[in-house]
Amino acid sequence: MLGAVWLIPAFPLVGALVLLAFGRRLGEPLAGWWATLCCAGAFGAGVVTFVGLLQRHEANREFLFHLWTWLPVGSFTVDVGFLVDPLSMTMVLFITGIGALIHLYSVGYMHGDRDFPRFFLYLNLFVFAMLLLVLGDNLVLTFLGWEGVGACSYFLISFWYTDMPNSVAGKKAFVTNRVGDWGYMLGTFLLFQALGTLTYVARDGSGFLQRANTLEVSTATGVALLLFVAACGKSAQLPLYVWLPDAMAGPTPVSALIHAATMVTSGVYLMVRIAPVLAVASPWMPTLIAWVGALTALFAATVAVSQRDIKKVLAYSTVSQLGYMFLAVGSGAYVAAIFHMITHAFFKALLFLGAGSVIHGVGGEQDMRRMGGLKKWMPVTAGTFIVGWLSIAGVPPFSGFWSKDEILLNAWQKSPALWVIGLITALLTAYYMSRQVFMVFYGESRIGSDRPVEVEVAADADAPVPAAVGDAAVAAGAGDAHDPHGSHGDPHESPWTMTVPLVVLAVLAAFGGLINLPFHGWEFLADWLRPVVGPYEADVTVSAVGKVVLAADATISGLAGIGVGYLVYLRHRLRPVEPDLLLHAYHYDEALAVVVGDGGTQVAEALAFADKAGIDGAVNGTGTLMQVAGRRLRVLQTGYVRSYALAIAGGAAAALVWFVIRAGV
Amino acid sequence: MTEPGFPLLTSLVVVPVVGALLVALVPRSRPEIARLVGVATSAVVGALSIWMLTQFDRHDGDFQFTAQYKWIERLGISWHVGIDGISLFLVVLTAVLFPIALAGVKPHHDTKSYTAWLLVLEAGCMGVFVALDLFLFFVMFEIVLVPMYFLIGGWGYGERVHAATKFFLFTMFGSAFMLVGIVATAWLHQRASGGPITFDLVTIAQSQSIAATSARWLFVSFAIAFAVKVPLFPLHTWLPDAHTQAPTAGSVILAGVMLKLGTYGFLRFGLYLFPAAAVWAAPVLVTLAVIGITYGAVVAAVQRDLKRLVAYSSVAHLGFIVLGTFALTNQGLTGGVLQMINHGVSTGALFLLVGMIYERRHTRMISELGGLQRPAPLLAGAFMVVMLSSIGLPLLNGFVGEYLILLGSFATRRWWTVVAAAGVILAAVYLLWAYQRVFHGEPDEANASMPDLNWGEGLILAPLLAAIIFIGVYPKPVLERIEPSVERLVAHVEEHSSYRQPIPPLPTPPNATGSSSSGDGKGGGE
Repeated sequence: MLGAVWLIPAFPLVGALVLLAFGRRLGEPLAGWWATLCCAGAFGAGVVTFVGLLQRHEANREFLFHLWTWLPVGSFTVDVGFLVDPLSMTMVLFITGIGALIHLYSVGYMHGDRDFPRFFLYLNLFVFAMLLLVLGDNLVLTFLGWEGVGACSYFLISFWYTDMPNSVAGKKAFVTNRVGDWGYMLGTFLLFQALGTLTYVARDGSGFLQRANTLEVSTATGVALLLFVAACGKSAQLPLYVWLPDAMAGPTPVSALIHAATMVTSGVYLMVRIAPVLAVASPWMPTLIAWVGALTALFAATVAVSQRDIKKVLAYSTVSQLGYMFLAVGSGAYVAAIFHMITHAFFKALLFLGAGSVIHGVGGEQDMRRMGGLKKWMPVTAGTFIVGWLSIAGVPPFSGFWSKDEILLNAWQKSPALWVIGLITALLTAYYMSRQVFMVFYGESRIGSDRPVEVEVAADADAPVPAAVGDAAVAAGAGDAHDPHGSHGDPHESPWTMTVPLVVLAVLAAFGGLINLPFHGWEFLADWLRPVVGPYEADVTVSAVGKVVLAADATISGLAGIGVGYLVYLRHRLRPVEPDLLLHAYHYDEALAVVVGDGGTQVAEALAFADKAGIDGAVNGTGTLMQVAGRRLRVLQTGYVRSYALAIAGGAAAALVWFVIRAGV
Repeated sequence: MTEPGFPLLTSLVVVPVVGALLVALVPRSRPEIARLVGVATSAVVGALSIWMLTQFDRHDGDFQFTAQYKWIERLGISWHVGIDGISLFLVVLTAVLFPIALAGVKPHHDTKSYTAWLLVLEAGCMGVFVALDLFLFFVMFEIVLVPMYFLIGGWGYGERVHAATKFFLFTMFGSAFMLVGIVATAWLHQRASGGPITFDLVTIAQSQSIAATSARWLFVSFAIAFAVKVPLFPLHTWLPDAHTQAPTAGSVILAGVMLKLGTYGFLRFGLYLFPAAAVWAAPVLVTLAVIGITYGAVVAAVQRDLKRLVAYSSVAHLGFIVLGTFALTNQGLTGGVLQMINHGVSTGALFLLVGMIYERRHTRMISELGGLQRPAPLLAGAFMVVMLSSIGLPLLNGFVGEYLILLGSFATRRWWTVVAAAGVILAAVYLLWAYQRVFHGEPDEANASMPDLNWGEGLILAPLLAAIIFIGVYPKPVLERIEPSVERLVAHVEEHSSYRQPIPPLPTPPNATGSSSSGDGKGGGE
């Protein structure tokens, strides 16, 4: 059964190739159904492989599948081969499972788009690359997937390419990720030099993870640091997060699949995968990861509080939740990181798809100030969205509660300061998500209003400029305002292809916590992942009572966030705090654009000018020589190749002179 | 290797010459016949090279298909030809690119002379890659200048005469140094070894009898010629003009084949001929290469002319090749040789595509293009694949070369590599930005009506796209033919200098009793 592993990536690859060749002929909706089927096929193959692995004894759950030798150069060999172990199979299952649901959803969402088949081609290609990333048995193959998902992300962000902001956003994502890739490549070089291999595990025990304990501390730290740079790029952590909010320019299913559930978690996967290296690295390395994660979580959560675009809120929320996962990794809580990755995939995919359904239903509007009261028109979307909201807010017993609690517990173990940051973030998360739910689904309908109706108390004097014109970061998101339905009139519920995935994801978001409850005998995920990360997990020494107190704190902070949100945005008892500073994400992105973008362009222009001046300088500076040569070349051009011979003879003469001098020496 | 029953390599040089003579016999009033003869001749050469590829013994790192004929006996000059894994794919690349360039691009006037010059150019390029005699090499190295000068000057664009002149002067400047170097090499070799004078590359390289200091001077004289040709920063300024003003076929050949004369020269007449001197000069060359990588990329980013942008990207890409070469490790050199092929394929395709856009829109200015993906999705798709290959995306050819180069250079030139790897970021910046401005956005009236690729153009691009994907997915057949020769070359350098290639540890199990090493970095004991 484990031999079926090659089928997992083969399904979406075949899907993509067929769409490449016949996509236009298949057309709508056949191309979409075909792609969905291929992704579902991958999920099926994943389940078969998973069962095969499950049947093995715990100590024996590792299966290597070799396809062909990719790069053989001297002692450096890279194979195309798959590593089937609990970690990779966990990733495969939720990637293909959620992937299939989002494919199905897209059949409805992309209805009427002129590039319908092309969309599914990219989507299948993305799933293929993502599966290579997690299944690859070495760092180079993972890098292949890593770059592949990056390219697909680029294709899909700039999918509606006739709008320039979409194209700009796509490019920004690609380039920012390349900064991370720089770290990735150097990390692999350093590792190869130290251990002579980039294979994770090998049958003979020569894989670098198996021999990580032979690494010098400094080398291990260097490798971990460089790969963490890569992870910061892909998983949108400070300071490289800037591309993710703009990536919302892509169609909403893309935001759900790539920029929430799967691709952006690659960095977390990579860090968990190299846990043995992190264990050898200097202690400051995991601490750095934890702090970057915690600060990113807090930073993005504060920004989310002020966003008006329904997708931007979710984008910053994703950045924030990814920060949680890195906080977990840095705290040595690898299982908690993966656990939160899974539950987050459930509820954030749900929230994004819900947002997409809303956008679809109200005719392309994304500004939450022009929504409101949608509950009565879109009951399924509203109901499922509420499940997602409660889950991300950490309300028990929804899935998010369990995974977030696990992370906070480990953060406490690492450092109370990290725990405090995590707790504040949890409160903010509950608050901004409540804000979103109340603004979109509750209250009075503000749909179709020409001017955005301010939700604030009327007394609020300095009402911000509508739609923040001129803000590149915000403008990019506006690219999503596509409207294939040309709808005027009342909002409407989405077709079944869109609501069915919502319902399925709502169930998963509600009960997903069951895969790892913190009670003895219920820690399925921890048991399942033990062969991979067990030895590197930090010990939690908090007493049972302490754990309950911590969990209670987390719950209270979540409920408090919801409560404040309720008072502000539903009852209007309190004035909302939405400072411009936060709307503009502390102007970080804009400053970066000025320094790197404009500054870089100026430097480049200056160099280009110097290059041109250099040419002219070289040409003019040689003055007479040039003229003589020019005359001679004019002769040449008229056909007298003799002058060419003459030139050679001149060179030969110089040679002779040189000889004489040389011989004289 | 099975000995071919006829002088294969010699015929690779001679057949295009014969073709050129045939073209010269065609009456001027029948350009279509001239074109047909040209395409047919280059196709024959292409077929011969493919046959040669199948006959090549991949376990043998030594020269194969060697042949030696007397030429100027008194001076020890002979027609000595042969190829190894380093030149094998360059010969194939040349033989494949020429028919593509000939069939893919129609000249606007005087088809006859144009075709004849291209065939002469092919003969010269082939000659460079197969020559194992210093004098023969020099003759071939110089011959290519003449047809390229006329191609740029006669069939180029706006400032073609200026560009052609500059191209000619720059390369002549380098060649003068090389000529001095070649004559001196033969002479000093004779004086040191006491035998008869010879220009035979293998003999001189194997004996290594020239004194160390002299060898350094000689290396420098060769290096200047090659550095101009590559081109290495700061000798690159002829390239943007020549590339931009050359006709499309000229740009394809210039970028695809002729730039490799320099990088190939560094390998064959730098490392092989003067190993110790090459080790001595490596820091300088690696530094210039890294400057070229970043400088070329930065300057490319702000070019307003699409062709000029591609030209500057070549400066960056060729920098990678030189970095790999003078990293002096198996991986770096193998990656460098592969990258020569990759650059030829990708940049050749890129110039073809730019040429196709120019034929339709009569402009290369980026600002006048825009939104082309809507009217021409196939062209956009082909451009995207080629561009991603140039950026170095895995599963496409560019990644394999670049990754191996950087992996190899990291071992000996760590900090240079750290900077060079940033070139990977910059490549994404300038190419994606160009793509965005040319293909994305809403097309204006002139751009909206641009026709997409036709069948003929698709067929021209197909082999290049196939090569891009094949080398990216399954580079093993290529790498395993390059590597034995690279290993020999590195061993040769180690034998004649104090340099030792750093050997990464073998991946052995923690407490292994028996050795289970699968691949050995050094030795090459075949």
